[in-house]
Amino acid sequence: MTPCLRHTALATLLTLAHPAQAGLAYVSNEKDNTLSVIDTDSMTVVDTVPVGQRPRGILLSKDHTRLYICASDDDTVQVMDLASRRIIDTLPSGEDPEQFALHPNNRHLYISNEDDAIVTVVDVQTKAVLAQIEVGVEPEGMAVSPDGRWAVNTTETTSMLHWINTETFEIEKNIVVGQRPRHIEFSQDSRFAWASSEIGGTVHVIDVERLEPIRELTFKVPGVNPDRIQPVGIALTSDGRYAFIALGPANHIAVVDAHTYEVLDYLLVGRRVWQLDLDRDETYLYATNGVSGDVSVIDVDRLEVVKSIKVGRYPWGVVVDPSS
Amino acid sequence: MRRFLRLLAIVLHSTLTAAPLAAGELAVRIGYLQWHPDPGPVLSNVLPEPKDAGQRGAELAIRDNATTGRFLGHHYALITRVAGSEPALLEAFDQLRRDGLDLFVVNVPAATLDALMQHAGGQALVFNAGARDDRLRRRDCDSHLLHTLPSYAMLTDALGQWLNWRRWRRVFLVTGPTPADQAWASAFRRSAARFGLTLVEDKPWTFNADLRRTAARELPLFTQARDYDAVVVADVRGDFGEYVPFNTWLPRPVLGTQGMRPVAWHRVVESWGAAQLQNRFRQLAGRDMTAEDYAAWAAVRSLGTAVTQAGTADMERLRATLFDDEFQLAAFKGRKLTYRPWNGQLRQPIPLVHPRGLVAQAPFEGFLHPRTDLDTLGFDEPESQCRIHG
Repeated sequence: MTPCLRHTALATLLTLAHPAQAGLAYVSNEKDNTLSVIDTDSMTVVDTVPVGQRPRGILLSKDHTRLYICASDDDTVQVMDLASRRIIDTLPSGEDPEQFALHPNNRHLYISNEDDAIVTVVDVQTKAVLAQIEVGVEPEGMAVSPDGRWAVNTTETTSMLHWINTETFEIEKNIVVGQRPRHIEFSQDSRFAWASSEIGGTVHVIDVERLEPIRELTFKVPGVNPDRIQPVGIALTSDGRYAFIALGPANHIAVVDAHTYEVLDYLLVGRRVWQLDLDRDETYLYATNGVSGDVSVIDVDRLEVVKSIKVGRYPWGVVVDPSS
Repeated sequence: MRRFLRLLAIVLHSTLTAAPLAAGELAVRIGYLQWHPDPGPVLSNVLPEPKDAGQRGAELAIRDNATTGRFLGHHYALITRVAGSEPALLEAFDQLRRDGLDLFVVNVPAATLDALMQHAGGQALVFNAGARDDRLRRRDCDSHLLHTLPSYAMLTDALGQWLNWRRWRRVFLVTGPTPADQAWASAFRRSAARFGLTLVEDKPWTFNADLRRTAARELPLFTQARDYDAVVVADVRGDFGEYVPFNTWLPRPVLGTQGMRPVAWHRVVESWGAAQLQNRFRQLAGRDMTAEDYAAWAAVRSLGTAVTQAGTADMERLRATLFDDEFQLAAFKGRKLTYRPWNGQLRQPIPLVHPRGLVAQAPFEGFLHPRTDLDTLGFDEPESQCRIHG
């Protein structure tokens, strides 16, 4: 048995032995073709699992038993069984999948095909491609509203949000936002969507009922050149209190009051902070830092960075498993 | 098949633009013009430059524009003319103007560009994607001429900053015989003064021997000097410069037009989503994207971005939009790009590359500027006589 496999087996055993105690977070390492597994209690990496080439977007199935991984350079979405940490299946994803979102029905996976200007919808049970929707150039961010009504795709070079009706798979509305929109996140009640624009340096808040932008947020970090403020990842607390915005090469996370849209604070993290996720009880926020190759952990109550965890090269996506 | 159908759809879009448009729809026609004189025989002829450099970049950008325009009712067409001589190019320009075009991307030498701007007489908006000459940004500006290709000064300032930052400040400069070599070298001398570099030698290259056979004998003797930190080569057309690395008297790095080069674009640039642009380009052209391709791409994308923002194809209104504070071009260099209002130059970071890797990207931390650190590269407002906007 190789040391790596032994390590995996050991970690699996530990996971199985203490399912309630060991909280886990998963991080995709874009330039290492691996997935880092972090124990959220000890805040240490407990396992590193080889996956497909250039893993970027990752997400959990609704029952938290599987992890879907965009293996961009393999042109596939991998399905990992979380109990065994083995890749058990691949899904037809279209070319160069980058980000994706799962419908609340736990079946329809919406995938951005960055090189093809297409969003592919796959049924994860039957593996059938249900639709391919033509969108703008370089589709990137992908989100499905928690009520399941809308799938929204951001296209980076077209600078639009495409609102896709999840019943007809047709685009019903296009909203032009700042340059290079990267990420979109819905509020828990599906009433608002927050969309970040990397080059524009802005975050647009969209009123979902009217499908109109109601607010455009900008950021100013003391001592940081405005050009380097490039919003990417977004995390919203379920109580509607905070929005956290990763500001990319500005190396800070903006803390925004989600009611007043006032920026409350800027938290210094690692270099090129990218994607964010909150743990189950929203005590800690996890942030990937692409260039410094680590994950910052932020205490949500105190709004303080409490830990940096070294992971692989160019960590991209992060999800915290709420069931673990 | 699907890809073919989409391509067909784009072609149809382009041909249909002559048809009457529905209300709120917009037809945007952009002319792409290209001519370069034969650079003459070069010693280093192993890897020739692609003949369609520039043209393919414009083609990719028009497709990017068309995909965006589809959602807004904006129909884009690129009309390309590759000429065999300067008179033929000017004739093609006049003909396209008679056909009603007033938006152009032009990939020609500076002298041809001068003549073309005379023909335009302020009635066309022209993007320079082929001439790096500093005089076009410093003295001989035109209110309707913008530049997406970086000037020699921007490139050499990137190199100068880097040498200063690395503390490699004593430089041995070798300059080739062509006017372009001289222009590059004068730009570098200016950069050397700006960034505190010392030219321990400033030697013209005068050899005619075939260096493929004799580089190992000739160059060590040619580069003899007491000491230097780096050898900088000014050989724009790539005649002898490729034979300088590893043949210097002292074991020193070679930079400039060969060795480690400051460029507008190169295949090794992959950060900030550039990998996607490189992939799209390779799919379209079957080769790597060059600096000229990038400049033409940036010009056509600038027009597309301005049309999306302003909702018009009116030339003067697009010009105003391009210079507006709100305008920003997302162009895969890690930050928004804007146009300098005094000379129409697109501000941009400059990658420093070797053939298989990115070394660094200028501007560097610590080189400060009251407006934007991108203005530490090239002719800044007080150094330029031009005031083409506001």
